Amino acid sequence: MGIKWDEFFITGDPLILGSQIAILLTMIGAVAGITYLKKWNYLWTEWLTTVDHKKIGIMYIISAVLMFFRGGMDGLLMKAQTARPEMEFLNSQHYNEIFTTHGVIMILFMAMPFLIGLMNVVIPLQIGARDVAFPQLNALSFWLFFSGAMLFNISFVIGGSPDAGWTSYFPLAGKEFSPGIGNNFYAVALQIAGIGTLMTGINFIVTILKMRTKGMTLMKMPMFTWTTFVTSILIVAAFPIFTVALALMTFDRLYGTHFFTVSGGGMDMLWANLFWLWGHPEVYIVALPAFGIFSEVIATFSRKSLFGYKSMVFSILGIALLSMVVWVHHFYTMGSGPAVNSFFSITTMAIAIPTGVKMFNWLFTMRKGRIKITSAMLWALAFVPCFVIGGVTGVMLAMGAADYQYHNTLFLVAHFHYVLIPGVVFAVFAGLYYWWPKMFGFMLNERLGKWHFWLFVIGFNVTFMPMFFLGLNGAVRRAYTYSAESGFAPLFMLSAIGSIVLAAGFAVFCYNIYWSIRYADRNISSDPWDARTLEWSTASPVQFYNFAKLPEVKSLDPFWHMKKKNEGLTLYDSEIEEIHMPSNSWLPIYMGVIFGIAGFLLVFEWHIGSAVAAIGIFAGLIIRSFDYNEGFHVKKDEIHRIENAWRKTEGEVHDHVS
Amino acid sequence: MEHHQSKSFPISHVIGFVVSLLLTFAAAGIALYTNLSFKVIMWIIGSLAVVQAGMQLFMFMHLREGEDGKTNLVNMIYAVFMVIVIVVGSIWVLTSGHAAH
Repeated sequence: MGIKWDEFFITGDPLILGSQIAILLTMIGAVAGITYLKKWNYLWTEWLTTVDHKKIGIMYIISAVLMFFRGGMDGLLMKAQTARPEMEFLNSQHYNEIFTTHGVIMILFMAMPFLIGLMNVVIPLQIGARDVAFPQLNALSFWLFFSGAMLFNISFVIGGSPDAGWTSYFPLAGKEFSPGIGNNFYAVALQIAGIGTLMTGINFIVTILKMRTKGMTLMKMPMFTWTTFVTSILIVAAFPIFTVALALMTFDRLYGTHFFTVSGGGMDMLWANLFWLWGHPEVYIVALPAFGIFSEVIATFSRKSLFGYKSMVFSILGIALLSMVVWVHHFYTMGSGPAVNSFFSITTMAIAIPTGVKMFNWLFTMRKGRIKITSAMLWALAFVPCFVIGGVTGVMLAMGAADYQYHNTLFLVAHFHYVLIPGVVFAVFAGLYYWWPKMFGFMLNERLGKWHFWLFVIGFNVTFMPMFFLGLNGAVRRAYTYSAESGFAPLFMLSAIGSIVLAAGFAVFCYNIYWSIRYADRNISSDPWDARTLEWSTASPVQFYNFAKLPEVKSLDPFWHMKKKNEGLTLYDSEIEEIHMPSNSWLPIYMGVIFGIAGFLLVFEWHIGSAVAAIGIFAGLIIRSFDYNEGFHVKKDEIHRIENAWRKTEGEVHDHVS
Repeated sequence: MEHHQSKSFPISHVIGFVVSLLLTFAAAGIALYTNLSFKVIMWIIGSLAVVQAGMQLFMFMHLREGEDGKTNLVNMIYAVFMVIVIVVGSIWVLTSGHAAH
C-alpha cells in the first residue's frame, strides 16, 4: 500500500474546503510576515532552539490556546448540529470525526500543554532553580508534543480525520470497520506526543527531587510544586501503558496483527482495559496540577497560608494512588462480574474523600481571609461549586448498578465536562491571569478579565447543565441527530445558546491578550499580587538565569516571610557570581520535524519512506550522544547590569514590606 | 552527575545486554520451536521474563549503588504495586463475568 494520491486531500465538503484555504492563507501570511519583518533569525535563536524553561512554557501555552480554538470550533459545530432535531448541517460521518477530534484535542493538545506550559514556567522558579534538570530534553518534549499535535490536526484536511471516538474502541477502530487512514493518525500522532509527555514527567520528577534551593524540604514545597511532582509520577506510571496500547493498535492497523481484532482471536476489550488504565490516571494528571494552581491562587488572594497543608499533601497522594485502581468504572457495562464492578465502585467513590478534604481546605483558607476579588480569584471561586456538581454526579456514576442507566448518555458527557472545565480550564485561566505578569511583565486587563470570566462561566453552565437532564431523559452521546418527537429539542437549543456565550467568553479572552499586549501598563512591580512563593522574588519578566543568587528557604510561603522580615531581598555586589547556563540547541526542533515526517509517512502506510525518515531519528540520537557542549557562563558585569535594571525601579519589591 | 566509574569499560552492561538477548531468544525459541503444551510454554517464558527483569535490575539499574537505598526500596515497592495493578488487574477484569464468554 502506498499513498493514494487521489484521496490525499479531503474534498467535497465546503467547510473543509474553507479550512484548507484558510490554513494555506495563514501559512503564507505567517511566512511572508516573518520574512517582511526580518524576524527569522530572532525566531530561530530566541524561540525555536531555546532550552529556557520559561520560553518553552510560553510556547506550550501558545500552542494550547490555538488548540483550544480548534477544539472549541469542533464543539461549536457539534452544538450547531444538535441545536434542532433532524438538522442537516453535518452528516453522521462528519459528526463522528468532529467529536473524535474534539475529545483528543481538548484533553491531549489543550489541557495537557496548557498545564505543562504553566508547570514549565513556574516550577523552577517556585523551587528556586535556574532551569529544569534536563533543559534540552525539555525542549525535545515540547517539539515532540508539537509535532504530534500538528500531525493530528492536519488529519481533517489531508487523509481524513479519525472517527472512532477519542477512546477509539475496538472493534470499531480496527482496520475491518475503519478501513480509512483516519485512525492511523490517532495511533501515530498520539504516540509521538506521548513520548514528549513521558519525558516531561521524568524531567519534572528529577527537577523537583534534585534541584530545590537550600532549605526547601519536601514539606516546604509550594502546593503547585507538590501537585506537579505527583502528576509527574502519574505520567511516568500511566503513559507507558498508552504507549504500548497505541503500539499494539498500530501493529493491528498497519501490519495485520490481531491483538484487539475479534476476527483473529484478539480481545477487543483489552484495548478498552489498557486505554482506561492510562485514561483514568490521565484525568488526574490534568486535575492535580489544576488543584495546585487553585491552592496558590486562593492562598495569595485570601492573604493567608494554605489551610491544612499536610492534609493537602496526603490527599494528593491518596488521589494519585486511588487513581490507578478505578479504571473499570469507564466500562462497567462490559459485563464484568459483580465482584469486579463492586470493587471498582468502592474505589471510585473513595476518591471523593481526599477530594472533599481538598475542597474544605480551600474553603477554610478563604475563611477569615482578606479576600481580593481579582480575575484569577474569580476563577478559583467559581471552580468550587461547579466542580462539586461534577464530583457529586461522578459519585452517582460510580455506582456500577446505576451506571447501566447513565452509561453512554449525555448525563455522562455533562458530568465529565463539569469535572474537566472547572477542574482544568478554570484552573489554567486562573493560572494564566495570575502568572501572566511574571511571564511578560504586564498584567492582563482585569476589566476584560471579568467579562471573560462571567461570559465563560455562565455560558459553561447553560451549555452543560441541560445535558444532565437530556441524558436522564435518554438522549445518547455521539448521536448526530434526534427526532422531533423525542422532546429533546428545547434543551438542546438552550445548550447550543450556552455554547455561543461560552465562545464569546473565549473571544473576550483572546481580545484581552491582544489589548494587554498593546496597551497594558509596563511599569508594574515584580510582585503585583503581593504573593507568597519564590517565583515572585525575581524580576518580571524573569531574567534568563532566574535568580542572581539562589534564595534560601526557611518556611512555607518563603517570599511572604522574606518580605515580612525584610531579609534576603537585597542583592550585594559581593554576592554576584558567574552563572552556568545551558546553550541553545537545534536538535529538539530537528527531532520534532523528523518525527513528524516519519509519522506522517507511517500514517499513509508508506513504510519504506517512513523507515528512511526513521534513519533521521537515529541520526539525531547519535549526534546528541556526541554533543559535548557544556553550556556557557554569564559574566558578573552582565548580571550586575540586568539586576540593576529591575531592582532600581520605583515601588520595587525589595523595598516593600507588607 | 557522578563520575565514579565513567571512564572504565561498561563490562557489566555488556554482559547484561548479552544475557538479556540470550534469555529473550531462549523464550522465543521455546515458544516457536518446541512442542510443549501451551501452559508449560507460558510458565517457562514467564519465568524467563522474571529472571531477566531481576538480572537487569542489577546490571542496568544500579540497584546496589548509591547512598539512597531507601528511595530504591520505595521505587521497587511502587513498581511491584504498578505491575500487580496492571497485570493482575487486567487479567481479573477481563476473565470475570460476561466479558470472558
